[in-house]
Amino acid sequence: MSRGPAIEAFDVSRTYELDGVSVPALRGVSLTVGAGDYVALIGPSGSGKSTLMHLLGGLDRPSGGRLVIGGREVGTLSAPELARLRNETIGFVFQAFHLLPRTSAVDNVALPLVYRGVGARQRRERAAAMLGRVGLGHRLHHRPNQLSGGEQQRVAIARALVTDPTVLLADEPTGNLDSTTGAAVLELLERLNVESGVALVMVTHDAEVAARARRRIAMRDGVVVADTAASPAGGTAVSGRGGDAADGTRPADGGADA
Amino acid sequence: MRVAEAWRVAWDALRANRMRSALTMLGVVIGVASVVLLVAIGTGTKQRVEQQVEGLGSNLLLVVPGRLDVGSAPALSPLTLQDVDAVGRVVGDPNRVAVTVASGATVRAGNREDFTTVQGVLETTPTVFARELGRGRYLTGSDVDTGRRVAVLGDSVARSLFPDREAVGQQINVAGVRFRVIGVFVPLGQSLGVDRDDEVHIPVTAAQRLYGTQRVDAIAVKAPDRERIDELGDRIVAELNGRHPGTEFSAVTQEQILGVLGDILGILTGVLAAIAGISLLVGGVGVSNIMLVSVRERTREIGLRKAVGARPRDIGVQFLLEAVLLTSVGGLTGMALGVGGALLVAALSPIPAAVTWWSLALAFGVSAAVGIIFGVVPAQRAGRLDPVVALRAE
Repeated sequence: MSRGPAIEAFDVSRTYELDGVSVPALRGVSLTVGAGDYVALIGPSGSGKSTLMHLLGGLDRPSGGRLVIGGREVGTLSAPELARLRNETIGFVFQAFHLLPRTSAVDNVALPLVYRGVGARQRRERAAAMLGRVGLGHRLHHRPNQLSGGEQQRVAIARALVTDPTVLLADEPTGNLDSTTGAAVLELLERLNVESGVALVMVTHDAEVAARARRRIAMRDGVVVADTAASPAGGTAVSGRGGDAADGTRPADGGADA
Repeated sequence: MRVAEAWRVAWDALRANRMRSALTMLGVVIGVASVVLLVAIGTGTKQRVEQQVEGLGSNLLLVVPGRLDVGSAPALSPLTLQDVDAVGRVVGDPNRVAVTVASGATVRAGNREDFTTVQGVLETTPTVFARELGRGRYLTGSDVDTGRRVAVLGDSVARSLFPDREAVGQQINVAGVRFRVIGVFVPLGQSLGVDRDDEVHIPVTAAQRLYGTQRVDAIAVKAPDRERIDELGDRIVAELNGRHPGTEFSAVTQEQILGVLGDILGILTGVLAAIAGISLLVGGVGVSNIMLVSVRERTREIGLRKAVGARPRDIGVQFLLEAVLLTSVGGLTGMALGVGGALLVAALSPIPAAVTWWSLALAFGVSAAVGIIFGVVPAQRAGRLDPVVALRAE
């Protein structure tokens, strides 16, 4: 499934105005995400990785530079066009799952198809099939509060992939899960990356998680300080994680990203 | 997003917060119900009064001392039977002229008694006011000329004094004087809680003797020519002014009475509708408030929907539909309650109530409009939310 690059960024910057003061969150980032890539985005809090993530996902527009997603220049797109671009090319997975409560797993997964104008019946069929692929074919009509954390994140992954996007952006996808569940979710993401050829870009604090990616991009103070293909990830990397199981309270990127 | 889909999402959102939705709706329900009910009462009252005034008979001129106006006090009448003769000459036909001198009095028959209105009248009353007798006969000219002590009873009085006997031919006692019942009117029914059959007609001459007066309260004329009724009124007033210098008289037509009453009742209906409208407005503010709360509560949901491809318009429409759904479901419920209330009022109380289509259309239109007007601001706020910020909301 390798075509042209999924995302290209040329000298992209992003500056926030806070009480009249310009706070640079990104200061000239250039990178390319190829089709089917597996990239870990790492860096300390405030390094700009969440900002970069939002830009790569078309949730935000750069203050400077050129950002091309799926062959379209983000800076020239209107809000509705950008929404359509997100719908067609990007899948998001969040640390906090972001499932709609009171809505069944299958309807949560079908949500992106609603905004694509797909009819209800076809939506359900595609969502059910996608849930089957993430191993939740038996949980179609459960609500989020009837599912475990790992299952909820699988529903979120199914939702991200139901539109058959070219890029899957995962923001600390294992951050709210215990180590065993987290490892399983990670394996699922990796499997889908290989199976469907969707590029996987994952923000993580966890060096061991990052070590499994084929490529790591390290950020600090709004710039890329290292962009290197990682050494081949071994299956043993996860088991060496130690006992820090419940790390769900870890805060998301704060500081200048806010 | 398809429109049907948007309605479903809005409906689901309202169902998810049943209690809150119901309470918010209640404000609109009460507002719409009170608009429908109060306008129905106002309209019903107006129609009833107009029917009754029309029922007095067409071409009718009422001649009274003073001015017939909103807010002017009734004047003491200087009119006498000589004036009535003079008016008859002006009209050219004494049979078209009726008078009344009325007073409340206790009427007795055996050990039964009834406090009622005793009217002294001429034999012309049935012609002028289009009254019909159920039994017996009405007063004659000779009854009036001789002041004969005979009486015609309203249906209520007849049934009250003679519940198990035929009234015609019986004796009654009016303020200590004996009268013989010669007829009973066809019942007229109630109007505005007033029993129109609660009256006794006796010859005006007998009434004057009874009350110790030479006066009559008012003169009524059935004009022979509808086209020239105003001119006839002017001639009658001129004649009376000549006979009673310094006293003002008015001759008012049925249209003028209808006009004055219509104005009063129209204002009344308007005031009622306005008061009800205020409660509808308050209901609308409640909707706006709840929608703002809902947008804030569901900020993350909005962020997520945007992330997966919802356009600002999709989000805005979703919240707008929610507000419109709240107010229109509330509006329909309110309409049903208002109509039900109006039917209940009309059936169980003497207050008339007539539900009009325009008041229903207006109430529903206003409630839907309230949804749009008070939903727009929250909906725009939701649509414009920055997805990055929204996703981070707690």
